[in-house]
Amino acid sequence: MEYEEAKQKIVETLTKKLKTKSKFYFNDLAKILESKPREAKKVVNKLVQEGVLEYWSSGSTSMYGLSGTGKQAGAEGEDKEK
Amino acid sequence: MAKHKTPMLDQLESGPWPSFVSDLKEQAQRRAKNKEGVEFQIPTDVVEDLLGVLELSFEHGRTHWKHGGIVGVFGYGGGVIGRYCDQPEAFSGVAHFHTMRINQPGGKYYKTDYLKQLCDLWDLRGSGITNMHGSTGDIILLGTTTPQLEEVFYELTHNMNQDLGGSGSNLRTPSDCIGSSRCEYACYDTQGLCFDLTQEYQDELHRPAFPYKFKFKFDGCPNCCVASIARADLSFIGTWKDAIKIDQEAVQGYIGGEFKPNAGAHSGRDWGAFDIQKEVIGLCPTECMIMDGKTLKINNKECNRCMHCINVMPRALRIGDQRGLSVFAGAKAPILDGAQMGSLIVPFIEAEPPYTKIKEEVIEPIWDWWMEEGKNRERLGELMKRQGLQRMIEVLGVDPDPRMVQEPRSNPYIFWKEDEVEGGWDRDIEEFRKHHQR
Repeated sequence: MEYEEAKQKIVETLTKKLKTKSKFYFNDLAKILESKPREAKKVVNKLVQEGVLEYWSSGSTSMYGLSGTGKQAGAEGEDKEK
Repeated sequence: MAKHKTPMLDQLESGPWPSFVSDLKEQAQRRAKNKEGVEFQIPTDVVEDLLGVLELSFEHGRTHWKHGGIVGVFGYGGGVIGRYCDQPEAFSGVAHFHTMRINQPGGKYYKTDYLKQLCDLWDLRGSGITNMHGSTGDIILLGTTTPQLEEVFYELTHNMNQDLGGSGSNLRTPSDCIGSSRCEYACYDTQGLCFDLTQEYQDELHRPAFPYKFKFKFDGCPNCCVASIARADLSFIGTWKDAIKIDQEAVQGYIGGEFKPNAGAHSGRDWGAFDIQKEVIGLCPTECMIMDGKTLKINNKECNRCMHCINVMPRALRIGDQRGLSVFAGAKAPILDGAQMGSLIVPFIEAEPPYTKIKEEVIEPIWDWWMEEGKNRERLGELMKRQGLQRMIEVLGVDPDPRMVQEPRSNPYIFWKEDEVEGGWDRDIEEFRKHHQR
């Protein structure tokens, strides 16, 4: 799968689910991309680097979300900027 | 006068033990006085607010920290843990109170000027509160604000040659014992292997894509000073293949009282004359030692590397010369299924740079399996329990080995597959009926 296609697929799927969920496990993203974890990681890393996705961490578990979404965004003052 | 009243925390100071409350109060005062004239980059009263919010949590019986956060440094998915207080008006000093995990130096060797530099940086850009060390081994810097994260990271990486450690669903900061740098029991270079794997697996350390945390720990010998067997998803424990080396003269030296047992570690009181039968031979868990006249004999095939005899008589008994390590998998602390110790998966492997066999035949196949089949938040030990040790050794492509059996009649059964059995499952029924009636 080409990168742009993968990006579109991730953004579309995550946006659709945004009403109920703002954070996703890495495995959820690999399933959306229908690829093996190591392949999916390359795409996900690039999406984070581009700022499409952002990490969320509880300290023990890491998850991914679309940048600027989720309740933590408020604590960083991002809601006010918009 | 303290900013917040903390009667419940004060009570914690009354016991006979050192108290973190006293330490925090001291640090709060130090920041308030600021004798060194530090230009604090985060609120001066951060520590007072930390005490205040903790008192409030005790009062309410619930936490006032939000769960996790999105903060980090550019390109890294670990090493920074976002912490936000849910009472920012009352405790503005800890509205942001993020944690940074710093990859501790190998064997925790550092010079005082390194520590001073680190503490100066943290006094300037953080709360000044550290945890030396966290359970994984990292140096933990507690409490800073979001704008300071990149600043601290820049200083660490550019001026201190120091990287962040792992957190979240990452490879966690690998941790090792002092190994052959100072310990005669070390069967391999723990710091060499720890450093090599840290460099090799930078992507796994900094960019989370595992189902959950994953820990490497390196012990130079079965004394297990970093307790890898109880804590690491993959623990690398030094061992030897040949015989324990015996210096019979030194054995007599211990018996005659010339050398103190345990190198004098228990000399605080008089335990009486050293009794080799009672203190060494009688305590051997596999009963593989005897005194034959004046000669100590060890049946090395039975030795299970408990290290007791070597620890008691280090001058007389030494580790063998054919050295390497054993790999154990699946240890973890209790969350699901209770705590688990590591299971032996590789009885012996040589540990020489560039460690290709360890990487390609042990670590990477295990990661591929766990990443594909592990459930979210499932540790390797839980996957092993769910799918069985047999699946684990299939993944590694190694043959079952009696040493993998924890105890007889507990997990001794090996289920053969058709392609592993000569002739498969097909049989000649005529031949069978010659010996067995219908």
